[in-house]
Amino acid sequence: MSLAEKYPREIEAIYAKYPPDRKRSAVMPLLYLVQRDEGYITKDSMAEIAALLDLEMTEVASIIGFYSLYHDKKEGKYRMQVCNDLPCALRGADQFLDSLCQNLGIKVGETTPDGLITLEAVTCLAACDKAPMFQLQESDQLAYHENMTMDKTMELIDALKKGGLGESFRDARNMEVK
Amino acid sequence: MTHLLLRHRDIPDIRKLDVYVNNGGFAAFKKAVTGMQPGQVMDEVKASGLRGRGGAGFPTGMKWSFIPKGVFPTYVVANADESEPGTFKDREIMEGNPYQFLEGVAIACYAIQSNTGYVYLRGEFYQLARELDACLEEMEKAGYLGENLFGTNYSLRIRTHLGAGAYICGEETALLESIEGKRGQPRIRPPFPAVYGLYGKPTVINNVETLTNVPLIIEKGAAWYKSMGTEKSPGVKIFSLSGNITRPGNYELPLGTTFRELIFTHGGGIPDGHQVKAIMPAGASSSIILVNGETFDKVMDTLMDYESVQNVGSLLGSASVIVIDDTYSMDWVINKTMHFFKHESCGKCTPCRDGTYWMLHLVERIHAGHGTNADVQLLRSVANQVNGKCLCALGDFSTMAVTSAIERFPQDFESGAKA
Repeated sequence: MSLAEKYPREIEAIYAKYPPDRKRSAVMPLLYLVQRDEGYITKDSMAEIAALLDLEMTEVASIIGFYSLYHDKKEGKYRMQVCNDLPCALRGADQFLDSLCQNLGIKVGETTPDGLITLEAVTCLAACDKAPMFQLQESDQLAYHENMTMDKTMELIDALKKGGLGESFRDARNMEVK
Repeated sequence: MTHLLLRHRDIPDIRKLDVYVNNGGFAAFKKAVTGMQPGQVMDEVKASGLRGRGGAGFPTGMKWSFIPKGVFPTYVVANADESEPGTFKDREIMEGNPYQFLEGVAIACYAIQSNTGYVYLRGEFYQLARELDACLEEMEKAGYLGENLFGTNYSLRIRTHLGAGAYICGEETALLESIEGKRGQPRIRPPFPAVYGLYGKPTVINNVETLTNVPLIIEKGAAWYKSMGTEKSPGVKIFSLSGNITRPGNYELPLGTTFRELIFTHGGGIPDGHQVKAIMPAGASSSIILVNGETFDKVMDTLMDYESVQNVGSLLGSASVIVIDDTYSMDWVINKTMHFFKHESCGKCTPCRDGTYWMLHLVERIHAGHGTNADVQLLRSVANQVNGKCLCALGDFSTMAVTSAIERFPQDFESGAKA
């Protein structure tokens, strides 16, 4: 089934955000919609988005290539993206990432053999005071996990193995008020 | 001190619409729309001396006044792309006190007679974008957005647009390209966004924190606002404090607060008995301030405002203060910042695209202990060839830490001195 048949109302809501003659603006939200639907962006859905917005397929592909949160390959079910930029590194992010690699038995950029987790090192996520931290990406879902220890992280990974986080994806964010 | 921007720290439920309204919320927007001409709103913000909190410190009211009269439509875009390493203030505002920020967007829209505002959020703020969407729905239900607001003929809608992971989209023209559904690469200026902005229409782009100040200025007046901070840098600022510090976090303080007060009184000083070696007051884009026995008092007594930080060889920027202790070597620090800028260069301008690539190679070699003095000189030379030769500031920013580190911490670049 095509995207337009599957999500007519969501697509209309996306179009409504922008002026009627500026449909191209919908390309980023539509890519998120596809990624949510399929986990990553396939050639077929690229072609469909291009057709919907009167773009060339290569224009859609250039957006996917430019922005780091779009993925055109199937990788781990979850992407665990650890920030090891300067402020986080000053609070031990490099050591955290090293031991995470050891515990998972993979290198940065690799996926665990069970296909559950792809581990990545990423640039600043605006959580510098709560390092070590990472974000967990599942299709279009994102959640921050802050002030992490290796124990807390391995517990989280166990929960992911047992069938996901469900609503706790939302609750994981550290909302403490000082 | 009661918080003016981080009000959720005093009133935890202020992220609910009724609580915000019961604490004076939307009174300023209503006052503007029903009782003030757009020009009066602009004049009040001009008189307050409010300056852009995203890093450039440009006077906000003046920016608004560049919008040509009689051209429709116009747009206001809130820059919520917060991506500078060391900056995490806008996220706290939007999570904790979202309506004050959105009211600021609304007032800015009224001031330039725009009927559409966009909030551009970095893709990682996915959850936050959903929360803001819910806030916008609540505002529409309560009559703060929509048609004929407060019985006038003024109509306004605000939409969110989610980026997808690109530091460059914090640069205002790249941000506009991104909303237009293109790769986020900066435009040639002039024309400036005030004339040719989103969809080619006059556009004001302001940082989240800047806009969050606006309701207070309209409600309490420019004179009240000017009573805080310094003469040239009035008002309060959120300082994001991170790195080797006992109590990292956001601190809302008057502009002109000293480094000493931020780092020692609020931040609790440096942990584990170490000393401050360096400060980066504007995140990864900073010239690195040298702190040693000789400079300590001068640096610590420096006022953090848009002018004074220049006296110690740096800039205030977005006030993302990264503290580095004496266990770190500066070749390690610039290795980190170069990895960042090499990754985030958008690829449009050759000096930045290739310069960050070569600088990273040199920095990695030096950091690994294989560098020679000639490598250090070459690194400095490449940095000089990037600086001032790109369409946007990213290229310049990538060189700040490099050149200041080599100049001010030469001992960290002598071969064999690697930490």
